[in-house]
Amino acid sequence: MKKGRFGAYGGQFVPETLMAALAALEEGQKTICRSREFQDELALYLTEYAGRETPLTFCRNVSDDMGCRVYLKREDLLHGGAHKLNNTLGQALLARHMGKKRLIAETGAGQHGVATAIAGAVLGLPVEVYMGETDCTRQHLNVVRMELMGATVIPVSCGTATLKDAVNEAMRDWAASSEDSAYILGSVVGPHPYPRMVRDFQTVIGKEARRQILEREERLPDAVIACVGGGSNAIGIFYPFLGDDVALTGVEAGGRGIEPGEHGASLGHGRPGILHGALSYLLQDDDGQVLGTHSIAAGLDYPSVGPEHSMLRDTGRVRYESVRDKEVLEAFRYLSRREGIVPALESAHAVAYLLRERDRFEKDDIVIINLSGRGDKDITREVVHEQN
Amino acid sequence: MSRIKNAFKGPAFIAFTVAGDPDYATSIMIAQTLIRSGADILELGIPFSDPVGDGPVIQRSDERALSAGATTDKAFALVREIRKESEVPVVLLVYCNTVYSREPARFYREAKDAGVDGILVVDMPAEEAGMVMDHAQETGIEQIFTVTPTTPPDRVKKIANLAGGFLYLVSLSGVTGKRETLSEAARPLIRRVREQTKMPLALGFGIADEVQARQAVEAGADGVIVGSAIVEIIERNAGDPERLERELAEFTARMKAAVRNVPGGS
Repeated sequence: MKKGRFGAYGGQFVPETLMAALAALEEGQKTICRSREFQDELALYLTEYAGRETPLTFCRNVSDDMGCRVYLKREDLLHGGAHKLNNTLGQALLARHMGKKRLIAETGAGQHGVATAIAGAVLGLPVEVYMGETDCTRQHLNVVRMELMGATVIPVSCGTATLKDAVNEAMRDWAASSEDSAYILGSVVGPHPYPRMVRDFQTVIGKEARRQILEREERLPDAVIACVGGGSNAIGIFYPFLGDDVALTGVEAGGRGIEPGEHGASLGHGRPGILHGALSYLLQDDDGQVLGTHSIAAGLDYPSVGPEHSMLRDTGRVRYESVRDKEVLEAFRYLSRREGIVPALESAHAVAYLLRERDRFEKDDIVIINLSGRGDKDITREVVHEQN
Repeated sequence: MSRIKNAFKGPAFIAFTVAGDPDYATSIMIAQTLIRSGADILELGIPFSDPVGDGPVIQRSDERALSAGATTDKAFALVREIRKESEVPVVLLVYCNTVYSREPARFYREAKDAGVDGILVVDMPAEEAGMVMDHAQETGIEQIFTVTPTTPPDRVKKIANLAGGFLYLVSLSGVTGKRETLSEAARPLIRRVREQTKMPLALGFGIADEVQARQAVEAGADGVIVGSAIVEIIERNAGDPERLERELAEFTARMKAAVRNVPGGS
């Protein structure tokens, strides 16, 4: 297998300007991240600062409704309100060890931007976050949170003014600033070594979940379900289960329908292509121009997906499905009402899949849903009330 | 001798424009004007939805072209149009997905048939070039690569061994766009790459006026590439084709004169 590949996918499709920066990052990851000192330091931040480990919650009411045993992996309870901090603490700590003076990041829903702002604040590094103008409006609360923690939010108006354009701008910034700046990429996308590095920081989710379910049920789960945009929370929980007899399902953004521009389901409706440094499934037209996307969840509003997911799709190890915005809103309200847990719209995709496919599961089946984030950022009149 | 090698007999002025900006018909006029006014090589960008290597000026150019209906087919048609009256070398500047989505074999064959001499894939470093090198060889298209101030010496050697035509030296770290002065990194970059290869070296990124162009040639560059400054003229005069043609002709002639180090120009 070629360097940085997952089967045929992945790679380093970037301008030459970024190659030295990627080589330095790869070297840093190989040496610094593997050192005992780094791992102890990260473990300390993850526990006493971020609040790991997160609970695995058995949901009595949902289990009654679904007719199987449903657990939630509670990444919504991680500091900052989403799984994103697992990765940003790791990358920011690495950046500090590499002598970087500034962090840059892109964000869609704002959760990764918030998590980078948190890591920057606690580690004493200034943070600049690129965010699509459209997303700045619909996730305004997160803009305020980032600014409150001292980060600078830079609205991006070019292209579709969403996540993919924020990534473009962050990459352009990094091309000019890599000597003193670290690019904290928020998902398992981008050029090598990002997909592997971000996965390694996020597998803490799956490692904990696997141990917790074995303690609680004395056996492995039958199924694990997670939402997939770029796919970092999904790979984080799937990875430790890849070698087990456990059904893994990734749920993509079905948006308003299967027409181009109406969804974000790159694994379901895309074909392989190159964006942001990696070969992976991509939503594109016949000429290879990247298509616009739509999802009610800004964090899933992305036309590509992590290259490892592309490989797992092709090998069939993970099933990738999608749910529509309407089903997501129902799941959002349902989980809030039945368990008193308000999921992020992104995570509500995984809940929606279970609601729709409940008949697939038997009474004794154990299902774990990765509740990757909390929904405070999504609470608006439109989302809460039924008229959608 | 290949058309590209031929273009470097004296210091070369390399002019960049995006195929289809502001629209297909005007874009033909622009290419022809650049060539008639003295461009030694025409560098033609195929617009892409996500040009991560480009600054705001060329991003807007790509957006204008795409909203005016630019496609890969039309870019090839533009090259055929140029070939009707000129033998000037044409180098395509593309993003990797444009090549990948058409399939590299077909892309290179169609490019060759249209009359393309060289191809530079912006986001395809030497490590990923396996995808296209055989097709470049089969068609005789020269595969152009970039070298930047951050490229270490052993990589320069590796890239030079792979590259055809000329080496595109990126004068600064960052994206395309005009700068006030020639980058400080340019001189040492030219010097150290020159030590490693006899290939023609063309300097680009940030070069916007005659002073910078002359400095680049004085520093040892065999060619000077100008993109954003040309695209700005197109942007400014998109509604007035006559003025656009006049300004482009004047600018190109001035830059050519500066590169050739003859005083005056127009």
